[in-house]
Amino acid sequence: MKYLPYISYAGLALSILPSILYASGVFEKNETHYLITAIGMIMWFSTAIFWIKPKKGL
Amino acid sequence: MNGQKDIVSLNRMPMSTTQRSSLIERLDALYEYDREPVKETELHGWKTYIAMFSSEHIAGTEFVLGALLVARGASAGNVVLGLLVGNLLAVLCWAFMCAPIAVKERLTIYWQIRRLAGPYLTILYSFLFALILCLLAGSMVAVSTTAVAQAISEHTALQIPNPNYAAGDVIPTFSWIVLATLIGIVIAVLAVLGFERLAHFAKVVAPWMPFIFLAGAIASIPELKMNWGNFWEVANEKIWTGQKPAVGIHYTFWNCMGLAWLCNIAQHMGMGDVTIFRYAKKWQMGFCSAFGMFIGHFMAWLCSGVMVGAFLSRNPGGNPNPGAIAWQGAGWAGIICVVLAGWTTANPTLYRAGLAFQVATPNWRRWAVTMFAGLLMVITACIPFIIANLDYIVAYYGLFFMPLGAFIFIDFWIFPKLGMKRYYAEHKGLLWSWPATVGWFGSFFICFLLFAKDQYDWMEWSKVLMPELIADTQFDIFILAFPAWVMAITFYLICSIIQQKISPISNGRRSLK
Repeated sequence: MKYLPYISYAGLALSILPSILYASGVFEKNETHYLITAIGMIMWFSTAIFWIKPKKGL
Repeated sequence: MNGQKDIVSLNRMPMSTTQRSSLIERLDALYEYDREPVKETELHGWKTYIAMFSSEHIAGTEFVLGALLVARGASAGNVVLGLLVGNLLAVLCWAFMCAPIAVKERLTIYWQIRRLAGPYLTILYSFLFALILCLLAGSMVAVSTTAVAQAISEHTALQIPNPNYAAGDVIPTFSWIVLATLIGIVIAVLAVLGFERLAHFAKVVAPWMPFIFLAGAIASIPELKMNWGNFWEVANEKIWTGQKPAVGIHYTFWNCMGLAWLCNIAQHMGMGDVTIFRYAKKWQMGFCSAFGMFIGHFMAWLCSGVMVGAFLSRNPGGNPNPGAIAWQGAGWAGIICVVLAGWTTANPTLYRAGLAFQVATPNWRRWAVTMFAGLLMVITACIPFIIANLDYIVAYYGLFFMPLGAFIFIDFWIFPKLGMKRYYAEHKGLLWSWPATVGWFGSFFICFLLFAKDQYDWMEWSKVLMPELIADTQFDIFILAFPAWVMAITFYLICSIIQQKISPISNGRRSLK
C-alpha cells in the first residue's frame, strides 16, 4: 500500500513520456506511443483508486 | 466547465417526509442540511482548494470548446492572449467577488438567494438550473459517444459515423442515437445506484486527464511539422488560422477572452461557488481557481486545438469530433480519456439536475426523477446543434444566472453603506422580490435583445425600438458579461431603494427564517 503512489506516478509519467519521445523522433510509429500510454493508464487506474481518498465535507 | 459541486451534502437529504408539504417547504427541506453557516472545525485549507479546482475544471466539454476556438477561425495570438486575459479575469472574480462573501456569510447560494429574492424566484432558479444541467450533461454524453463510436468504427466491421454539424448534419444516424441512448442509460443508472462511489472514481480520473490532453497535443507535433523555431508560424497556418469560417461567428480576441471569462461566470460573478468557498479558511483561497482555469480552460483548450489542427492536417475536410482527435493524439488512452471526461462530469451534473427536479415532483421516487433528467440528457445528446454551439450555450447560461450573484454582491457590500436593510425579502416575509425580478429578467432581456437583433431574423423588429447608435452597433454575447452585470446591479439597486422607501422595515416584523 505504501508503494502504490509510486506506481501511480510512474503511470502518469508513462502517460506523457511516449508522446515526447514520439514528437522528438525516438519512436517512429504512433502505435508505440499509443501502447505505452495505455500501459501508463492501466498503472494509474489500477493503483490510484486505492490511495486517493473519497471526497468529504465539501 | 465544472460539474461536481455541492453533491455530497445534497445526497443526504431525506425525501419521504417532504411529500405532503408545499413546494417552498419541499425546496427548503432539500437544502435544509446546508441551512446553518459552516462551523469553524469544518473549514478546509489551500491544498483542498488547489486539488478541487485542478481536478474539477477539466471535463469532456474541454474537447469541444478547444475545438470550437479552431472552428470559429480565431488567430493563434488572439486565442493565447484572449484565454490568458479571460481566465485571469475569472480568477480575479473568484478571488475578489465570490470568496470574500462566501467566507463571511458561510451560506450556500441557495440560502443567500432565498433570503434576498424570496422563495418563488429561488424555485424558478432551481428549476431552470436543472434544465440547463440536463443540457450540459447531454453535451457530455455526446462527447463520450463520439469516442465509443470512433473506437467501434476503427476496430469492428460496424460503422457508426459521428455527426458533423459543420457538414450539415441536423440529427445523427440511427446507430449513433442508439449508442448515445445506451451510454445515457448507463450514466443515469449509475447515478441512481451510487453517486458517492462514482464521485470517488471521478477524483481518481481527474489528475490523469491533463496528462492525456498534453500527451495528445505533443504527439500531434510531427503531424503538424512543428518545432520550437516555427511554432508560432505553424500555429497560425494550421491550427488557429484566423480565417473567417463559412458558418457562424468569426472569433476575435474579445470572443476568446469572453468565452474564458463567461463559461464559469455563474460560478464566480454569479456566486454559485459561495457554496464551495464557505468551507474556506481564508478568502484568498479564491486564487486557487487559477489552477482550474489555467489547467482546464487554458492548457486543455490549447491542447484540444492542437489535436484538431493535426487531425485536419491528416484528414482535410474531416470531422474533428472529440473521439477522432483523441484517438489520433493518444490512441486507446485518448479514447478512454474522452469517455471518462464525459462520463465523470455528466454523472454529478445529472444527479444535481435530478435533485432540483425532485422539488417539483414530490411523489416521484429518486430513481424516477434521475431517470427523467437522464431522458432529457439523452435527447439533448442527440442534437448535434448543441455540441456545435456549446460556446453560445455556456454564454447564455452564464448571462442568465449571473444576475442573482450580482444581487448577493450588492446586498452584501452596498446595502449597508447606503443604510439599506440586507435580506429585505426575508425580513418582510415576501414570497418574491420584485427588485430582484426586474434586475434578473431586465438585464438578461436587454442583453439578449442587443445580441439577438443582429443574429436572428425574427428579432429584426427590435431595432426599431432602439436608438440609432445602438441599433447600428453589433454586440457580441461574449462581451456582454460586464454590461449585463452593471445593468443587473443598477436595476436591482434602484428598485430596492424604491421598495425600501415605500415600505421600510419596522421592528418586530416576522422573519421567514
